[in-house]
Amino acid sequence: MSKGRGWFVVRRLGVVLSSLVAASMLVFVFLNVLPGSPAEVILGTQSTPASVAALTIQLGLNKPIWRQYLDWMGGLVNGNFGVSYISGQSIGHEIHQALLVTGPLVLLAMLIGLVIGVPLGLTGALYKGRWLGSVVGGLSQIGIAIPSVVAGILLTVGLSIKLHLFPSSGFPGWQDPWGSLRALVLPAFALGVVEGAILARYIRAAVMEQLRSDYLRTARSKGLRRSQALRRHGLRVAAIPVVTVLGLEIASLIVGAIVVENIFALPGVGMMLLNAVNNRDLIVVQDIAMVVVTAVLLINTLVDLSYQWLDPRLRGRR
Amino acid sequence: MALLKLQSLSVAHGDLDLVSDVSFDVHAGERVGIIGESGSGKSLTALAIAGLLGEELRSRGSVHFDGEELIGASERHLSRLRGDRIAMIFQEPMTALTPTKRVGVQIGETLRIHRGVGRRASQIAAVELLGRVEFSDPQRYARMYPHELSGGQRQRVMIALAIAGDPDLILADEPTTALDVTVQRKILELLDRLVREENCALVLIAHDLAVVSTICDRVVTMYGGRVVETGSVADIIDHPRHPYTAALLATSSAIAVDVESRGTVLPSIPGSVPSAGHFPGGCPFRDRCSSATSACLEFPLMESGSHRVACWHPLDENSERGSR
Repeated sequence: MSKGRGWFVVRRLGVVLSSLVAASMLVFVFLNVLPGSPAEVILGTQSTPASVAALTIQLGLNKPIWRQYLDWMGGLVNGNFGVSYISGQSIGHEIHQALLVTGPLVLLAMLIGLVIGVPLGLTGALYKGRWLGSVVGGLSQIGIAIPSVVAGILLTVGLSIKLHLFPSSGFPGWQDPWGSLRALVLPAFALGVVEGAILARYIRAAVMEQLRSDYLRTARSKGLRRSQALRRHGLRVAAIPVVTVLGLEIASLIVGAIVVENIFALPGVGMMLLNAVNNRDLIVVQDIAMVVVTAVLLINTLVDLSYQWLDPRLRGRR
Repeated sequence: MALLKLQSLSVAHGDLDLVSDVSFDVHAGERVGIIGESGSGKSLTALAIAGLLGEELRSRGSVHFDGEELIGASERHLSRLRGDRIAMIFQEPMTALTPTKRVGVQIGETLRIHRGVGRRASQIAAVELLGRVEFSDPQRYARMYPHELSGGQRQRVMIALAIAGDPDLILADEPTTALDVTVQRKILELLDRLVREENCALVLIAHDLAVVSTICDRVVTMYGGRVVETGSVADIIDHPRHPYTAALLATSSAIAVDVESRGTVLPSIPGSVPSAGHFPGGCPFRDRCSSATSACLEFPLMESGSHRVACWHPLDENSERGSR
């Protein structure tokens, strides 16, 4: 069995690597067929044909496209993300700094989503058909309907402008851990509320399916109360669809972070991406796209591996 | 005094009674079979006894177990009885065991719940129980997951799980229906032997009289959610009085007897079982019964005595079967 397990990991890694190569080609081709030369944008209104041509050569944009791709990829493999067209700074360093904001933001949002979604989903399933279940169902419906932009603005107005509990924008940097955490709470909430509401619905459905299962009835016939039987016999199987959704949700949280970071003026990957797009800093856009793709692929792999851990029926197959 | 006493037990889904007015007794150590076609309310009756009906179903009437009323008892109270004094064996071995737990853990759990036994001790007990249900290498099987076992093996695990708590009453809901014919007999023999050894009472639900007659002392025939006849196995087999019991008997014995005479048509009960809520009023069998009259618009009262029938036109007690 352990050999099968090892093979599975090796094959998954193969899939991840080939997906990364495919994604890098897509990203590169898409961004390079966009109209407008980065050199013209950088030089702005003072550009002359000569200075544009000089900058094009300096940036390496005159090389054949496959060469540009290989140069970029070669850099990425060696951990060299290149240099920003605009700031002239090392992109790797900038992305690293931005990830220190976006990473904790997404994790915190997920945590908040779980803290909201798990109890709500469980209550919704266990109290189905009673008033408490209906209240929970209504709450999660509202939660799903609120876009994170609106949630963010409402939270800002309520908790920071009116009550001064949290800062409404800005980020002090991790040398001030407490202040940084406080700065992340509201944006994480704005992201996490929606996430939690969606999770709650999936958890409710998964748990309800477990409550109807034959083996939960068997567990109760042994003398476990309904909630005990669910906890000991049902939750593990119920976790499978929930983990799937969670994996997808993290991807959408990363996307949501782009919006929320701009509302709360957080110097994260989202803000960096938006600025880069505005400035036609193509290489930054490419790099960030690849970072996001890598993160999503890794999460999907973890989700796939977790299925095997959760359900023995899936071990040693595939 | 009866160990289990059902009085006017009904199970309803909303306003619709799926089981109506079921009454019978089970004495300590006695083996009672409930027979009837699918949809006759046998399984619901068993689930109602154990308090394991689905959320949407409600039971009324009385289920007395060892002097205690179980209808309306709290989940906490019922959960103390379940597994310890009342155990169940379910029909579907493929889905009745938790897929994510090793079978040894699932068997030992009953002891951990009711006897406060630790993990190690419960595993030793589980291995011993697996040996009692005739696993040749119980140590190895205790570490397996249900999906690694065959249907018959899983049903033996179910039986081990049921006897783990040394119960006074086992409710077995068609324990062999989902199994291969070759395995069915083995499982029945095993169940028969273990119930005898444990001296525990058994309610065995089956749709086949042959299954019930080999194991049980008494038979309850159900149709349309009602008890239509009860009596000793000998009474029922030799002198069925309800036309439905007689018809069931004819179909099950015909298979045993008429295998060689290929030309003859196997007897079957005319018509089919209506779906719940579509049984006719009065006697639920009157649509399919050849002796039905206008009297059958009213459900007949059960007579008293050891061999009882609810029928306006019962078959003659003294006639041998086959004279129908």
